[in-house]
Amino acid sequence: MSAVLTIAGTEIRIGVRNRWVLLASIILLVFALLLALLGSAPSGATKADSLSVVVASLSTLSVYLVPLIALLLSFDAIAGEIDRGTLQLTLATPVSRGQVLFGKFVGHVVVLSLAVVLGYGVAGAIVFAAAQNTGMDGIFDLARVISTSLALGATFVAIGYVASVSVRQTGTAAALAVAIWLFTVVLYDLALLGGLLASADGFFAKTLFPYLLVINPADAFRVFNMAAIDAAASTGLAAGGNAMPFLPQLAIISPFVWMVIALGLSTAILRRVQP
Amino acid sequence: MNMVLLTQNVSRRFKDIEALKGVSLDVAAGEKVALLGHNGAGKTTLFRVILGFLRADDGHVCINGQPPGSRLARRDVSYLPEAVAFPKMLTGREIVSFYAKLKNADADEVGSALEKVDLAEAADRRCGGYSKGMRQRLGLAQAIVGNPKLMLLDEPTSGLDPISRQRFYELIGEIAGRGTAVLLSSHGLSELELKTDRVAILRKGEVVANGSLAELQRSANLPIRIRVRSNSDHVESVHSRLGGERVNGESVEFDCPRPDKMDRLSVISQLGKAVSDVDISSPSLDEVYRYFSSDDADRGDAT
Ligand SMILES: Nc1ncnc2c1ncn2[C@@H]1O[C@H](COP(=O)(O)OP(=O)(O)O)[C@@H](O)[C@H]1O
Ligand SMILES: [Mg+2]
Repeated sequence: MSAVLTIAGTEIRIGVRNRWVLLASIILLVFALLLALLGSAPSGATKADSLSVVVASLSTLSVYLVPLIALLLSFDAIAGEIDRGTLQLTLATPVSRGQVLFGKFVGHVVVLSLAVVLGYGVAGAIVFAAAQNTGMDGIFDLARVISTSLALGATFVAIGYVASVSVRQTGTAAALAVAIWLFTVVLYDLALLGGLLASADGFFAKTLFPYLLVINPADAFRVFNMAAIDAAASTGLAAGGNAMPFLPQLAIISPFVWMVIALGLSTAILRRVQP
Repeated sequence: MNMVLLTQNVSRRFKDIEALKGVSLDVAAGEKVALLGHNGAGKTTLFRVILGFLRADDGHVCINGQPPGSRLARRDVSYLPEAVAFPKMLTGREIVSFYAKLKNADADEVGSALEKVDLAEAADRRCGGYSKGMRQRLGLAQAIVGNPKLMLLDEPTSGLDPISRQRFYELIGEIAGRGTAVLLSSHGLSELELKTDRVAILRKGEVVANGSLAELQRSANLPIRIRVRSNSDHVESVHSRLGGERVNGESVEFDCPRPDKMDRLSVISQLGKAVSDVDISSPSLDEVYRYFSSDDADRGDAT
């Protein structure tokens, strides 16, 4: 256990010192404030809870930005250490390969959490201070979107490791990470949309679509958060949440399942890697 | 002797390259052994097999009784790879402390290791600003912690200036003096500065020599070179008696097999006043190394 903490601590130290945390939280903060500004412009203070409105846009923002930040954080984890020769040093000590990967995971998730909590936290505080009619509900909503963003981020950190242990060059790992991001948050949705258009009332839309949606951890995150917002604001209509053959709240299981699969897979591959 | 490292008949091939061919090499506790060979001779591959990063196709490796790569073996081994780039954002102390923790070493070993490699002053600066020599010493500090029984150093002195190199061998001497077996690689015999107990030479994956420097010199059996100083009047007759080449119009130089040395010297002494001086030079370390590591020349193993 102490080896895991040692490795995690070093990753956190590096993440803070090379300004990763700062940069990522500024990006999240800027986008969050931008969305808050755009979102509140037409409706102004007439909404019941301005913070809750912002939270809705934050969950859309998270779908794109959090996986990207997580992948950029993790793609280098193993390939980079092979490149620089430090993996040989680490693996020459008595630590196990599983410990190395898990230590990095803990460290990277902490780095990501610092960035998300800082970025969204500051954005939330600004909206909270600037808007009227903001009560505890908004704070709960913000806490929900932050914590589920962390789950989504941790999942993509783990997925980034699969890319990182599968290749030996950092550059290749980076390309793989970007491809994974493109596929999961852009292309996958486009493909689903195409499927829906092709068979609006068919088997695909009725039966397959909801499952295909939540198989993708990023879409599952969206389904979960939209359902939560719908329940609170009862505005209806969101990401197909109404037509779900299962409780949309269950969608949040998907990222956790992927997290476990990705960690297991990358550990198994790392065991075969020649450092 | 208590052998910390035993390797018997280790072979390893990469597709069509035989990187190691039946390598047998043992290192005893407290012994310093140099592994010599050209680029591509198989030095790094042998280290990686000993560390358990690569599996040997054939043969047997044993570290203090344990199979390579096992947890117990890794507890006893420390390694300094050929090229390693530490995270620039971390200080020297943080880096050594990181590896010390992974090796379950005492926290106070960190400071003393940094002192030993003369990095005490720079220890709290980020290593991104270190010179090449300092980075190499940082790597050594990392290898010292944890009281290893076997230290594997891959080309640790390449790129060091002569003074750092000397200091480096002093340190290795101290470490071996405490009972650590040290196996270090190098691509030149002269770089070793006679500081190791034994030299093993790898050529295309095969151990072609393994012994003390004196033994290698003897078994290489290279001719010695004799230079006879004469004068312009007698150089012609000296040359006709001794053969060899004339140099500068007043000296004669020739090679002479070791066993014939005394015979040749007595012939020279009979030349009397025609000879004013005699110089004898033994083959240099580089010549001995070139003899063992070059491709041509047929030779037997010197063991
Ligand atoms: N992972 C590898 N894949 C393919 N060939 C390799 C690999 N590692 C080493 N080799 C080859 O094995 C031979 C020995 O290499 P190496 O042990 O690095 O030599 P040295 O360290 O003595 O310079 C070289 O011909 C090298 O190209
Ligand atoms: Mg090498």
